[in-house]
Amino acid sequence: MSIRVEDLVYVYGEGTPYETRALDGVSMEIEDGELIGLAGHTGSGKSTLVQHLNGILRPKSGRVFVDGSEITARGAKLTGLRRRIGLLFQYPEYQLFEETVYKDVAFGPSNLGLSEAETDQRVREAMFLAGLDFESAAQRSPFELSGGQKRKAAIAGVLAMRPDILILDEPTAGLDPKSQSDILRMLGNIRKSRGIIIILISHNMDDMARLADRIFVMEKGRIELSGPPEDVFSRGAELRGMGLGLPEAAGMIDMMRDRGAEIEGRPLTLDAAELAIDRYLRSKRARP
Amino acid sequence: MIRDITIGQYYPGDSWVHRLDPRLKIVAALVFIVTLFVIRDFIGYAMAALALAVTIAISRVPLGFMLRGLKAIFVIIVFTFTLNMFMTDGETLFDIGPLTVTREGLYNALFMGTRLVLLIMGSSLLTLTTKPIRLTDGMESLMKPFGALGLPSHELAMMMTIALRFIPTLLEETDKIMKAQSARGADFESGSVIRRARNLVPILVPLFISAFRIAQELAMAMEARCYRGGEGRTRLHELRFRARDAAAAALGALFIALVALERVFADTIYGFLHII
Repeated sequence: MSIRVEDLVYVYGEGTPYETRALDGVSMEIEDGELIGLAGHTGSGKSTLVQHLNGILRPKSGRVFVDGSEITARGAKLTGLRRRIGLLFQYPEYQLFEETVYKDVAFGPSNLGLSEAETDQRVREAMFLAGLDFESAAQRSPFELSGGQKRKAAIAGVLAMRPDILILDEPTAGLDPKSQSDILRMLGNIRKSRGIIIILISHNMDDMARLADRIFVMEKGRIELSGPPEDVFSRGAELRGMGLGLPEAAGMIDMMRDRGAEIEGRPLTLDAAELAIDRYLRSKRARP
Repeated sequence: MIRDITIGQYYPGDSWVHRLDPRLKIVAALVFIVTLFVIRDFIGYAMAALALAVTIAISRVPLGFMLRGLKAIFVIIVFTFTLNMFMTDGETLFDIGPLTVTREGLYNALFMGTRLVLLIMGSSLLTLTTKPIRLTDGMESLMKPFGALGLPSHELAMMMTIALRFIPTLLEETDKIMKAQSARGADFESGSVIRRARNLVPILVPLFISAFRIAQELAMAMEARCYRGGEGRTRLHELRFRARDAAAAALGALFIALVALERVFADTIYGFLHII
Protein backbone atom coordinates (compact mmCIF):
# COMPACT_ATOMS: atom_id res chain seq x y z
CA MET A 1 0.00 0.00 0.00
CA SER A 2 1.21 3.45 -0.85
CA ILE A 3 -0.27 6.82 -1.68
CA ARG A 4 1.21 9.44 -3.96
CA VAL A 5 -0.28 12.86 -4.50
CA GLU A 6 1.03 15.09 -7.27
CA ASP A 7 0.41 18.81 -7.47
CA LEU A 8 -3.24 18.65 -6.45
CA VAL A 9 -5.42 21.72 -7.02
CA TYR A 10 -9.06 22.00 -5.95
CA VAL A 11 -11.34 25.04 -6.18
CA TYR A 12 -14.67 25.38 -4.38
CA GLY A 13 -17.51 27.27 -6.08
CA GLU A 14 -15.58 27.98 -9.26
CA GLY A 15 -16.97 30.90 -11.23
CA THR A 16 -19.08 32.24 -8.35
CA PRO A 17 -18.20 35.15 -6.08
CA TYR A 18 -17.58 32.58 -3.34
CA GLU A 19 -14.71 30.92 -5.22
CA THR A 20 -11.95 29.62 -2.93
CA ARG A 21 -8.80 27.72 -3.74
CA ALA A 22 -8.96 24.95 -1.14
CA LEU A 23 -5.91 23.06 -2.42
CA ASP A 24 -3.14 24.94 -4.16
CA GLY A 25 -0.56 22.47 -5.43
CA VAL A 26 -0.30 19.73 -2.81
CA SER A 27 2.21 16.91 -3.27
CA MET A 28 2.94 14.13 -0.80
CA GLU A 29 4.00 10.52 -0.63
CA ILE A 30 2.96 7.99 2.02
CA GLU A 31 4.59 4.59 2.45
CA ASP A 32 3.13 1.32 3.66
CA GLY A 33 2.42 1.11 7.39
CA GLU A 34 3.01 4.77 8.14
CA LEU A 35 0.95 6.75 10.60
CA ILE A 36 0.69 10.23 9.16
CA GLY A 37 -0.36 13.28 11.13
CA LEU A 38 -2.07 16.03 9.14
CA ALA A 39 -2.21 19.33 10.99
CA GLY A 40 -3.37 22.79 10.04
CA HIS A 41 -5.66 25.60 10.98
CA THR A 42 -9.41 25.37 10.27
CA GLY A 43 -9.90 25.92 6.55
CA SER A 44 -6.32 25.03 5.63
CA GLY A 45 -7.49 22.27 3.28
CA LYS A 46 -6.91 19.12 5.36
CA SER A 47 -10.41 17.72 4.97
CA THR A 48 -10.49 18.61 1.27
CA LEU A 49 -7.19 16.82 0.75
CA VAL A 50 -8.25 13.55 2.35
CA GLN A 51 -11.51 13.51 0.39
CA HIS A 52 -9.39 13.26 -2.75
CA LEU A 53 -7.68 10.14 -1.48
CA ASN A 54 -10.75 7.96 -1.98
CA GLY A 55 -12.16 9.77 -4.96
CA ILE A 56 -15.07 11.52 -3.23
CA LEU A 57 -13.77 14.80 -4.61
CA ARG A 58 -12.19 15.18 -8.03
CA PRO A 59 -9.33 17.63 -8.39
CA LYS A 60 -9.24 20.54 -10.83
CA SER A 61 -5.72 19.45 -11.71
CA GLY A 62 -3.08 17.12 -10.31
CA ARG A 63 -3.09 13.38 -9.75
CA VAL A 64 -3.56 10.86 -6.95
CA PHE A 65 -2.07 7.36 -7.06
CA VAL A 66 -3.08 4.60 -4.68
CA ASP A 67 -0.81 1.58 -4.94
CA GLY A 68 0.57 2.88 -8.22
CA SER A 69 -2.76 3.16 -10.02
CA GLU A 70 -4.11 6.59 -10.78
CA ILE A 71 -7.50 7.10 -9.14
CA THR A 72 -7.93 10.57 -10.64
CA ALA A 73 -7.86 9.12 -14.17
CA ARG A 74 -11.06 9.41 -16.18
CA GLY A 75 -13.31 6.41 -15.64
CA ALA A 76 -11.18 4.98 -12.81
CA LYS A 77 -13.11 2.36 -10.80
CA LEU A 78 -13.83 3.92 -7.44
CA THR A 79 -16.12 1.40 -5.76
CA GLY A 80 -13.29 -1.07 -5.20
CA LEU A 81 -11.10 1.74 -4.00
CA ARG A 82 -13.61 2.99 -1.44
CA ARG A 83 -13.72 -0.48 0.09
CA ARG A 84 -10.02 -0.31 0.73
CA ILE A 85 -9.94 3.21 2.11
CA GLY A 86 -11.86 3.84 5.30
CA LEU A 87 -12.70 7.49 5.71
CA LEU A 88 -14.04 8.72 9.01
CA PHE A 89 -15.44 12.24 8.82
CA GLN A 90 -15.65 14.81 11.57
CA TYR A 91 -18.35 14.06 14.12
CA PRO A 92 -19.05 10.67 12.51
CA GLU A 93 -21.73 9.85 15.08
CA TYR A 94 -24.11 11.99 13.00
CA GLN A 95 -24.07 9.33 10.28
CA LEU A 96 -25.50 6.58 12.54
CA PHE A 97 -28.95 5.59 11.37
CA GLU A 98 -29.85 1.97 12.13
CA GLU A 99 -32.03 0.59 14.92
CA THR A 100 -29.17 -1.21 16.62
CA VAL A 101 -25.43 -0.73 16.85
CA TYR A 102 -25.02 -4.18 15.31
CA LYS A 103 -26.99 -3.27 12.19
CA ASP A 104 -25.19 0.03 11.84
CA VAL A 105 -21.74 -1.53 12.02
CA ALA A 106 -22.93 -4.21 9.58
CA PHE A 107 -24.00 -1.55 7.02
CA GLY A 108 -20.56 -1.43 5.39
CA PRO A 109 -19.91 -5.18 5.19
CA SER A 110 -23.43 -5.85 3.85
CA ASN A 111 -22.87 -3.21 1.14
CA LEU A 112 -19.83 -5.25 0.18
CA GLY A 113 -22.18 -8.20 -0.33
CA LEU A 114 -20.54 -10.41 2.29
CA SER A 115 -22.24 -13.49 3.73
CA GLU A 116 -24.05 -13.25 7.04
CA ALA A 117 -21.38 -15.29 8.84
CA GLU A 118 -18.60 -13.12 7.44
CA THR A 119 -20.52 -9.95 8.32
CA ASP A 120 -21.10 -11.19 11.87
CA GLN A 121 -17.43 -11.92 12.30
CA ARG A 122 -16.49 -8.48 11.01
CA VAL A 123 -18.97 -6.71 13.26
CA ARG A 124 -17.61 -8.47 16.32
CA GLU A 125 -14.04 -7.75 15.32
CA ALA A 126 -14.73 -4.08 14.55
CA MET A 127 -16.59 -3.51 17.80
CA PHE A 128 -13.78 -5.16 19.72
CA LEU A 129 -11.15 -3.00 18.00
CA ALA A 130 -13.18 0.15 18.59
CA GLY A 131 -13.46 -0.73 22.28
CA LEU A 132 -17.19 -1.47 22.43
CA ASP A 133 -18.43 -4.41 24.46
CA PHE A 134 -20.34 -6.66 22.06
CA GLU A 135 -22.66 -8.26 24.61
CA SER A 136 -23.86 -5.03 26.17
CA ALA A 137 -23.80 -2.68 23.16
CA ALA A 138 -24.64 -4.65 20.01
CA GLN A 139 -28.42 -4.74 20.44
CA ARG A 140 -28.84 -1.22 21.78
CA SER A 141 -29.99 1.72 19.69
CA PRO A 142 -27.00 3.83 18.70
CA PHE A 143 -28.96 6.90 19.75
CA GLU A 144 -29.07 5.91 23.42
CA LEU A 145 -25.30 5.57 23.72
CA SER A 146 -23.10 8.19 25.34
CA GLY A 147 -21.18 10.62 23.12
CA GLY A 148 -17.94 8.67 23.39
CA GLN A 149 -19.66 5.35 22.66
CA LYS A 150 -21.50 6.80 19.66
CA ARG A 151 -18.15 7.89 18.26
CA LYS A 152 -16.73 4.41 18.85
CA ALA A 153 -19.75 2.84 17.14
CA ALA A 154 -19.19 5.08 14.11
CA ILE A 155 -15.50 4.15 14.06
CA ALA A 156 -16.45 0.47 14.24
CA GLY A 157 -18.68 1.05 11.20
CA VAL A 158 -15.62 2.08 9.20
CA LEU A 159 -13.31 -0.58 10.66
CA ALA A 160 -15.81 -3.26 9.64
CA MET A 161 -14.87 -2.48 6.04
CA ARG A 162 -11.36 -3.74 6.92
CA PRO A 163 -9.69 -0.85 5.12
CA ASP A 164 -6.06 -0.91 4.02
CA ILE A 165 -5.88 2.80 4.57
CA LEU A 166 -7.69 4.44 7.47
CA ILE A 167 -8.26 8.19 7.40
CA LEU A 168 -9.65 9.88 10.51
CA ASP A 169 -10.72 13.53 10.52
CA GLU A 170 -10.36 14.78 14.09
CA PRO A 171 -11.60 11.57 15.68
CA THR A 172 -11.30 12.90 19.23
CA ALA A 173 -12.91 16.34 18.74
CA GLY A 174 -15.46 17.20 21.40
CA LEU A 175 -15.02 14.05 23.48
CA ASP A 176 -14.20 13.64 27.16
CA PRO A 177 -10.55 12.91 28.04
CA LYS A 178 -11.16 9.22 28.70
CA SER A 179 -12.83 8.61 25.34
CA GLN A 180 -10.08 10.62 23.67
CA SER A 181 -7.33 8.46 25.10
CA ASP A 182 -9.39 5.31 24.34
CA ILE A 183 -9.56 6.26 20.69
CA LEU A 184 -5.89 7.13 20.43
CA ARG A 185 -4.92 3.86 22.14
CA MET A 186 -7.18 2.08 19.66
CA LEU A 187 -5.31 3.70 16.77
CA GLY A 188 -2.01 2.47 18.20
CA ASN A 189 -3.44 -1.05 18.51
CA ILE A 190 -4.87 -1.17 15.00
CA ARG A 191 -1.60 -0.03 13.63
CA LYS A 192 0.36 -2.68 15.51
CA SER A 193 -2.03 -5.51 14.65
CA ARG A 194 -2.82 -4.57 11.05
CA GLY A 195 0.12 -2.54 9.77
CA ILE A 196 -2.16 -0.35 7.65
CA ILE A 197 -1.64 3.26 6.64
CA ILE A 198 -3.36 5.60 9.07
CA ILE A 199 -3.84 9.29 8.36
CA LEU A 200 -4.83 11.27 11.41
CA ILE A 201 -6.12 14.83 11.10
CA SER A 202 -5.80 16.64 14.39
CA HIS A 203 -5.19 19.96 16.10
CA ASN A 204 -3.74 18.23 19.10
CA MET A 205 0.03 18.38 18.78
CA ASP A 206 0.57 16.11 21.77
CA ASP A 207 -1.36 13.33 20.05
CA MET A 208 0.65 13.92 16.89
CA ALA A 209 3.95 13.82 18.76
CA ARG A 210 3.02 10.58 20.45
CA LEU A 211 1.59 8.70 17.47
CA ALA A 212 2.78 10.03 14.12
CA ASP A 213 5.73 8.79 12.09
CA ARG A 214 5.60 11.86 9.94
CA ILE A 215 3.63 15.08 10.13
CA PHE A 216 2.37 17.31 7.32
CA VAL A 217 1.39 20.84 8.25
CA MET A 218 -0.98 22.62 5.88
CA GLU A 219 -1.77 26.25 5.47
CA LYS A 220 -3.92 27.99 2.83
CA GLY A 221 -4.14 24.86 0.70
CA ARG A 222 -0.42 24.13 0.67
CA ILE A 223 1.85 21.85 2.67
CA GLU A 224 4.14 24.21 4.51
CA LEU A 225 6.07 21.82 6.76
CA SER A 226 6.61 18.08 6.63
CA GLY A 227 8.83 15.47 8.23
CA PRO A 228 9.24 13.43 11.40
CA PRO A 229 7.74 15.03 14.54
CA GLU A 230 11.19 16.02 15.85
CA ASP A 231 11.85 18.07 12.70
CA VAL A 232 8.45 19.66 12.43
CA PHE A 233 8.30 20.58 16.10
CA SER A 234 11.74 22.21 15.94
CA ARG A 235 10.04 25.00 13.92
CA GLY A 236 8.07 26.43 16.82
CA ALA A 237 7.97 30.00 15.51
CA GLU A 238 6.66 28.98 12.08
CA LEU A 239 4.00 26.76 13.64
CA ARG A 240 2.85 29.57 15.88
CA GLY A 241 2.75 31.85 12.83
CA MET A 242 0.22 29.44 11.31
CA GLY A 243 -1.94 29.54 14.41
CA LEU A 244 -0.68 26.17 15.62
CA GLY A 245 1.42 25.30 18.63
CA LEU A 246 3.94 22.81 19.92
CA PRO A 247 3.29 19.78 22.10
CA GLU A 248 3.10 20.94 25.72
CA ALA A 249 6.39 19.30 26.64
CA ALA A 250 8.28 20.70 23.64
CA GLY A 251 6.92 24.18 24.36
CA MET A 252 8.11 23.97 27.95
CA ILE A 253 11.59 22.77 26.92
CA ASP A 254 11.82 25.66 24.44
CA MET A 255 10.99 28.10 27.24
CA MET A 256 13.66 26.58 29.49
CA ARG A 257 16.21 26.85 26.70
CA ASP A 258 15.34 30.50 26.21
CA ARG A 259 16.25 31.02 29.85
CA GLY A 260 19.65 29.44 29.42
CA ALA A 261 19.10 25.78 30.25
CA GLU A 262 21.20 23.68 27.85
CA ILE A 263 18.85 20.76 27.40
CA GLU A 264 19.89 18.25 24.77
CA GLY A 265 17.76 16.51 22.20
CA ARG A 266 14.20 17.32 21.24
CA PRO A 267 11.82 15.70 23.71
CA LEU A 268 8.21 15.85 22.51
CA THR A 269 6.35 13.88 25.15
CA LEU A 270 6.18 14.43 28.90
CA ASP A 271 8.16 11.27 29.60
CA ALA A 272 10.94 12.25 27.23
CA ALA A 273 10.99 15.77 28.66
CA GLU A 274 11.32 14.39 32.18
CA LEU A 275 14.34 12.32 31.17
CA ALA A 276 15.95 15.22 29.32
CA ILE A 277 15.51 17.62 32.24
CA ASP A 278 16.82 15.04 34.63
CA ARG A 279 19.90 14.57 32.42
CA TYR A 280 20.42 18.30 32.26
CA LEU A 281 20.19 18.72 36.04
CA ARG A 282 22.63 15.87 36.64
CA SER A 283 25.16 17.27 34.18
CA LYS A 284 24.81 20.69 35.74
CA ARG A 285 25.52 19.24 39.15
CA ALA A 286 28.47 17.22 37.80
CA ARG A 287 30.30 20.31 36.52
CA PRO A 288 30.33 22.96 39.19
CA MET B 1 -24.89 19.58 -8.63
CA ILE B 2 -27.10 20.91 -5.83
CA ARG B 3 -24.91 23.99 -5.73
CA ASP B 4 -25.76 24.91 -9.35
CA ILE B 5 -29.21 26.16 -8.39
CA THR B 6 -28.90 29.91 -8.14
CA ILE B 7 -32.58 30.83 -7.73
CA GLY B 8 -32.89 32.57 -4.40
CA GLN B 9 -29.14 33.06 -4.14
CA TYR B 10 -27.56 36.35 -3.15
CA TYR B 11 -24.83 37.93 -5.24
CA PRO B 12 -22.76 40.14 -2.95
CA GLY B 13 -22.27 43.66 -4.21
CA ASP B 14 -22.64 47.30 -3.39
CA SER B 15 -24.45 48.67 -6.42
CA TRP B 16 -27.25 51.18 -6.52
CA VAL B 17 -29.72 48.29 -6.89
CA HIS B 18 -28.24 46.45 -3.91
CA ARG B 19 -28.67 49.47 -1.69
CA LEU B 20 -32.32 50.17 -2.50
CA ASP B 21 -34.88 49.73 0.23
CA PRO B 22 -35.92 46.04 0.18
CA ARG B 23 -39.59 47.01 0.50
CA LEU B 24 -39.36 48.97 -2.72
CA LYS B 25 -37.59 46.09 -4.45
CA ILE B 26 -40.23 43.57 -3.37
CA VAL B 27 -43.05 45.80 -4.57
CA ALA B 28 -41.16 46.54 -7.79
CA ALA B 29 -40.64 42.84 -8.47
CA LEU B 30 -44.34 42.14 -7.90
CA VAL B 31 -45.35 45.03 -10.13
CA PHE B 32 -42.93 43.85 -12.81
CA ILE B 33 -44.45 40.37 -12.73
CA VAL B 34 -47.99 41.75 -12.97
CA THR B 35 -46.90 43.98 -15.85
CA LEU B 36 -45.58 40.95 -17.71
CA PHE B 37 -49.07 39.47 -17.61
CA VAL B 38 -50.72 42.73 -18.68
CA ILE B 39 -48.48 43.18 -21.71
CA ARG B 40 -50.05 41.77 -24.87
CA ASP B 41 -47.42 42.16 -27.57
CA PHE B 42 -43.72 42.07 -28.28
CA ILE B 43 -43.31 45.83 -28.23
CA GLY B 44 -44.31 45.72 -24.56
CA TYR B 45 -41.89 42.89 -23.91
CA ALA B 46 -39.12 44.78 -25.62
CA MET B 47 -39.77 47.63 -23.20
CA ALA B 48 -39.79 45.26 -20.21
CA ALA B 49 -36.60 43.57 -21.41
CA LEU B 50 -34.93 46.94 -21.84
CA ALA B 51 -35.94 48.03 -18.33
CA LEU B 52 -34.69 44.72 -16.93
CA ALA B 53 -31.43 44.91 -18.87
CA VAL B 54 -30.73 48.41 -17.58
CA THR B 55 -31.44 47.31 -13.99
CA ILE B 56 -29.17 44.26 -14.37
CA ALA B 57 -26.42 46.45 -15.80
CA ILE B 58 -26.70 48.84 -12.85
CA SER B 59 -26.72 45.95 -10.37
CA ARG B 60 -23.42 44.65 -11.82
CA VAL B 61 -24.57 41.05 -11.39
CA PRO B 62 -22.77 39.17 -14.20
CA LEU B 63 -25.20 38.06 -16.91
CA GLY B 64 -23.61 34.60 -16.88
CA PHE B 65 -24.52 34.24 -13.23
CA MET B 66 -28.14 35.12 -13.97
CA LEU B 67 -28.34 32.76 -16.93
CA ARG B 68 -27.06 29.93 -14.77
CA GLY B 69 -30.20 30.39 -12.69
CA LEU B 70 -32.26 29.95 -15.87
CA LYS B 71 -30.52 26.65 -16.57
CA ALA B 72 -32.29 25.04 -13.62
CA ILE B 73 -35.71 25.75 -15.11
CA PHE B 74 -34.63 25.22 -18.72
CA VAL B 75 -36.86 22.14 -18.91
CA ILE B 76 -39.94 24.14 -17.92
CA ILE B 77 -39.20 26.77 -20.56
CA VAL B 78 -38.72 24.15 -23.28
CA PHE B 79 -41.89 22.37 -22.15
CA THR B 80 -43.98 25.55 -22.30
CA PHE B 81 -42.47 26.50 -25.64
CA THR B 82 -43.14 23.12 -27.27
CA LEU B 83 -46.66 22.75 -25.92
CA ASN B 84 -47.64 26.22 -27.12
CA MET B 85 -46.05 25.66 -30.49
CA PHE B 86 -47.92 22.44 -31.27
CA MET B 87 -51.20 22.91 -29.43
CA THR B 88 -52.45 26.15 -30.92
CA ASP B 89 -54.90 26.09 -33.82
CA GLY B 90 -54.48 28.43 -36.74
CA GLU B 91 -52.80 29.00 -40.07
CA THR B 92 -50.43 26.08 -40.81
CA LEU B 93 -46.79 27.00 -41.28
CA PHE B 94 -45.24 23.51 -41.64
CA ASP B 95 -45.62 19.93 -40.38
CA ILE B 96 -43.26 17.77 -38.35
CA GLY B 97 -44.66 14.27 -38.75
CA PRO B 98 -48.14 14.23 -37.22
CA LEU B 99 -47.53 17.57 -35.48
CA THR B 100 -48.52 20.83 -37.05
CA VAL B 101 -46.84 24.12 -36.35
CA THR B 102 -49.16 27.05 -36.87
CA ARG B 103 -48.37 30.70 -37.25
CA GLU B 104 -50.33 31.46 -34.09
CA GLY B 105 -48.65 28.56 -32.27
CA LEU B 106 -45.17 29.83 -33.06
CA TYR B 107 -46.19 33.33 -31.98
CA ASN B 108 -47.67 31.99 -28.73
CA ALA B 109 -44.63 29.84 -28.03
CA LEU B 110 -42.25 32.76 -28.48
CA PHE B 111 -44.56 34.99 -26.45
CA MET B 112 -44.86 32.57 -23.52
CA GLY B 113 -41.14 31.73 -23.61
CA THR B 114 -40.23 35.41 -23.44
CA ARG B 115 -42.68 35.96 -20.62
CA LEU B 116 -41.24 33.07 -18.61
CA VAL B 117 -37.63 34.14 -19.11
CA LEU B 118 -38.40 37.74 -18.15
CA LEU B 119 -40.44 36.55 -15.18
CA ILE B 120 -37.65 34.44 -13.78
CA MET B 121 -34.88 36.91 -14.46
CA GLY B 122 -36.90 39.72 -12.92
CA SER B 123 -37.71 37.85 -9.74
CA SER B 124 -34.26 36.35 -9.36
CA LEU B 125 -32.78 39.84 -9.65
CA LEU B 126 -34.64 40.62 -6.42
CA THR B 127 -32.98 37.81 -4.46
CA LEU B 128 -29.64 38.27 -6.20
CA THR B 129 -29.35 41.86 -5.07
CA THR B 130 -31.01 41.62 -1.65
CA LYS B 131 -29.52 39.85 1.36
CA PRO B 132 -31.99 37.27 2.71
CA ILE B 133 -32.12 39.10 6.02
CA ARG B 134 -33.00 42.42 4.33
CA LEU B 135 -35.55 40.61 2.19
CA THR B 136 -37.39 39.23 5.19
CA ASP B 137 -37.09 42.59 6.98
CA GLY B 138 -38.79 44.14 3.99
CA MET B 139 -41.52 41.50 3.94
CA GLU B 140 -42.14 41.93 7.64
CA SER B 141 -42.49 45.65 7.20
CA LEU B 142 -44.84 45.23 4.22
CA MET B 143 -46.99 42.74 6.15
CA LYS B 144 -47.24 44.97 9.22
CA PRO B 145 -50.52 46.64 8.19
CA PHE B 146 -52.16 43.20 8.11
CA GLY B 147 -51.28 42.74 11.79
CA ALA B 148 -54.62 44.32 12.67
CA LEU B 149 -56.28 41.39 10.89
CA GLY B 150 -54.32 38.97 13.06
CA LEU B 151 -51.48 38.23 10.66
CA PRO B 152 -48.35 37.47 12.75
CA SER B 153 -46.02 39.38 10.44
CA HIS B 154 -42.91 39.19 12.61
CA GLU B 155 -43.30 35.48 13.27
CA LEU B 156 -43.80 34.74 9.57
CA ALA B 157 -40.75 36.80 8.68
CA MET B 158 -38.68 35.08 11.37
CA MET B 159 -39.73 31.67 10.09
CA MET B 160 -38.71 32.68 6.61
CA THR B 161 -35.37 34.06 7.81
CA ILE B 162 -34.60 30.83 9.62
CA ALA B 163 -35.67 28.67 6.71
CA LEU B 164 -33.51 30.66 4.27
CA ARG B 165 -30.60 30.67 6.69
CA PHE B 166 -30.65 26.89 7.09
CA ILE B 167 -31.08 25.83 3.47
CA PRO B 168 -27.31 25.92 2.82
CA THR B 169 -26.64 24.30 6.20
CA LEU B 170 -28.93 21.39 5.43
CA LEU B 171 -27.52 21.04 1.92
CA GLU B 172 -24.05 20.86 3.40
CA GLU B 173 -25.23 18.35 5.97
CA THR B 174 -26.78 16.19 3.23
CA ASP B 175 -23.56 16.37 1.26
CA LYS B 176 -21.54 15.30 4.30
CA ILE B 177 -23.83 12.39 5.18
CA MET B 178 -23.85 11.17 1.57
CA LYS B 179 -20.07 11.22 1.51
CA ALA B 180 -19.83 9.41 4.83
CA GLN B 181 -22.26 6.68 3.76
CA SER B 182 -20.64 6.24 0.37
CA ALA B 183 -17.32 5.82 2.21
CA ARG B 184 -19.05 2.82 3.83
CA GLY B 185 -19.93 1.43 0.43
CA ALA B 186 -23.44 2.85 0.09
CA ASP B 187 -24.58 3.24 -3.50
CA PHE B 188 -27.11 5.94 -4.39
CA GLU B 189 -26.88 5.82 -8.15
CA SER B 190 -27.78 2.33 -9.31
CA GLY B 191 -30.54 -0.21 -8.82
CA SER B 192 -34.30 -0.14 -9.27
CA VAL B 193 -36.48 2.73 -8.08
CA ILE B 194 -37.51 0.85 -4.94
CA ARG B 195 -33.93 -0.05 -4.19
CA ARG B 196 -32.83 3.52 -4.65
CA ALA B 197 -35.59 4.75 -2.35
CA ARG B 198 -34.49 2.22 0.27
CA ASN B 199 -30.93 3.44 -0.12
CA LEU B 200 -32.05 6.90 0.92
CA VAL B 201 -32.78 5.73 4.48
CA PRO B 202 -29.11 6.00 5.54
CA ILE B 203 -29.22 9.65 4.42
CA LEU B 204 -32.67 10.67 5.60
CA VAL B 205 -32.47 9.33 9.15
CA PRO B 206 -29.24 11.18 10.03
CA LEU B 207 -30.50 14.27 8.17
CA PHE B 208 -33.71 14.43 10.21
CA ILE B 209 -31.79 13.90 13.42
CA SER B 210 -29.43 16.71 12.44
CA ALA B 211 -32.33 19.01 11.56
CA PHE B 212 -33.98 18.43 14.93
CA ARG B 213 -30.68 18.93 16.74
CA ILE B 214 -30.02 22.18 14.88
CA ALA B 215 -33.56 23.40 15.60
CA GLN B 216 -33.21 22.61 19.27
CA GLU B 217 -29.83 24.33 19.55
CA LEU B 218 -31.14 27.37 17.70
CA ALA B 219 -34.22 27.60 19.92
CA MET B 220 -32.06 27.39 23.01
CA ALA B 221 -29.66 30.03 21.72
CA MET B 222 -32.56 32.35 20.91
CA GLU B 223 -34.15 31.90 24.32
CA ALA B 224 -30.82 32.39 26.03
CA ARG B 225 -30.76 35.79 24.35
CA CYS B 226 -34.29 36.54 25.56
CA TYR B 227 -36.07 36.27 22.23
CA ARG B 228 -39.78 36.60 22.82
CA GLY B 229 -41.34 37.41 19.48
CA GLY B 230 -41.82 40.62 17.60
CA GLU B 231 -43.54 42.83 20.16
CA GLY B 232 -41.42 45.80 21.21
CA ARG B 233 -38.46 44.48 19.23
CA THR B 234 -36.04 47.06 17.88
CA ARG B 235 -33.61 46.44 15.07
CA LEU B 236 -30.02 47.24 14.23
CA HIS B 237 -30.75 48.30 10.66
CA GLU B 238 -33.91 50.36 10.45
CA LEU B 239 -35.46 50.43 7.01
CA ARG B 240 -35.50 53.96 5.67
CA PHE B 241 -37.00 55.21 2.45
CA ARG B 242 -34.31 57.49 0.98
CA ALA B 243 -34.07 59.85 -1.94
CA ARG B 244 -32.62 57.15 -4.19
CA ASP B 245 -35.59 54.93 -3.36
CA ALA B 246 -37.94 57.73 -4.39
CA ALA B 247 -35.98 58.15 -7.61
CA ALA B 248 -36.19 54.43 -8.32
CA ALA B 249 -39.92 54.45 -7.55
CA ALA B 250 -40.38 57.33 -10.01
CA LEU B 251 -38.53 55.39 -12.71
CA GLY B 252 -40.71 52.38 -11.97
CA ALA B 253 -43.86 54.50 -12.28
CA LEU B 254 -42.59 55.85 -15.60
CA PHE B 255 -42.10 52.27 -16.81
CA ILE B 256 -45.64 51.31 -15.82
CA ALA B 257 -47.02 54.43 -17.52
CA LEU B 258 -45.14 53.62 -20.74
CA VAL B 259 -46.35 50.03 -20.73
CA ALA B 260 -49.93 51.20 -20.12
CA LEU B 261 -49.70 53.76 -22.94
CA GLU B 262 -48.28 51.15 -25.26
CA ARG B 263 -51.19 48.87 -24.50
CA VAL B 264 -53.82 51.54 -25.00
CA PHE B 265 -52.33 52.87 -28.20
CA ALA B 266 -51.12 49.54 -29.56
CA ASP B 267 -53.33 49.81 -32.65
CA THR B 268 -52.09 53.28 -33.45
CA ILE B 269 -48.48 52.09 -33.09
CA TYR B 270 -49.09 49.16 -35.41
CA GLY B 271 -50.77 51.45 -37.89
CA PHE B 272 -47.77 53.76 -37.74
CA LEU B 273 -45.37 50.82 -38.23
CA HIS B 274 -47.35 49.78 -41.31
CA ILE B 275 -46.97 53.18 -42.88
CA ILE B 276 -43.15 53.02 -42.64
